[in-house]
Amino acid sequence: MEETFACSFAATELEARTGINSVVDQLRDRGLPETRIGEVQIALAEAVNNVVEHAYAGNAPGDVNIRCQLEEEKLSILIRDAGAPIPNGQLPAGEAQSLEGPLEDLPEGGFGWFLIRELTSDIHYERSEGENNLQLSFEIQMTSV
Amino acid sequence: MTLTSTMIDGTQVVSVNAERIDAAMAIQFKEDMRSQTDNGPERVILDLSEVKFIDSSGLGAIVAAMKQLGGARKLDLAGLTPVVDKVFRLTRMDTVFNLYATLEEATGGVAAET
Repeated sequence: MEETFACSFAATELEARTGINSVVDQLRDRGLPETRIGEVQIALAEAVNNVVEHAYAGNAPGDVNIRCQLEEEKLSILIRDAGAPIPNGQLPAGEAQSLEGPLEDLPEGGFGWFLIRELTSDIHYERSEGENNLQLSFEIQMTSV
Repeated sequence: MTLTSTMIDGTQVVSVNAERIDAAMAIQFKEDMRSQTDNGPERVILDLSEVKFIDSSGLGAIVAAMKQLGGARKLDLAGLTPVVDKVFRLTRMDTVFNLYATLEEATGGVAAET
């Protein structure tokens, strides 16, 4: 079994929400367990938010293309955009934020890459032909439909 | 307005009337929380039972909402649905907030888990 589906949308916060929802609906239609869909949605949303907030920062929002490939025990999501490359071509380490210290020092951001790394089994990033290609992989166990 | 506010036994309960607290919604949420919780009681419970999804922007907005209350007041969270709960546990924010499975537990003063 192998299935692919794709969607694309403009890199705005509201369009991103619609795009993420459409991927979630497709995964649900294909019988992925709800818990796993939730985890995929968290990682996908963080990756797409990064494109909206960083790759296209300060420019007219371009497109975000998402292509999902669903196999027996693996889901791969390829996120493609024509925005700025990830600085130094290196994905952020995504270390856990420290929650020590007084209330006013608690972090209000910087969780994105930590969540992506926690929830994926493999991440691959490539810059080619002026585009970012970020592939997130998830191990899955399909419930029989 | 995406928030509604009620008083239960001297505690302010703020309910989020939205399915998502995501990047598209985080700034408005933070501003609405500020206006809702300006000059209120010491304890505020945020009822998240209608929220099915939160991202790191939404998480940051809830942290900001707690900071806005200042040190003398506190923000407890109730009714976390599975994905919301997951985000709080993964980021260890479950150690910063008191989390209650339901609003009833929160108002009854029984901690679901800490």
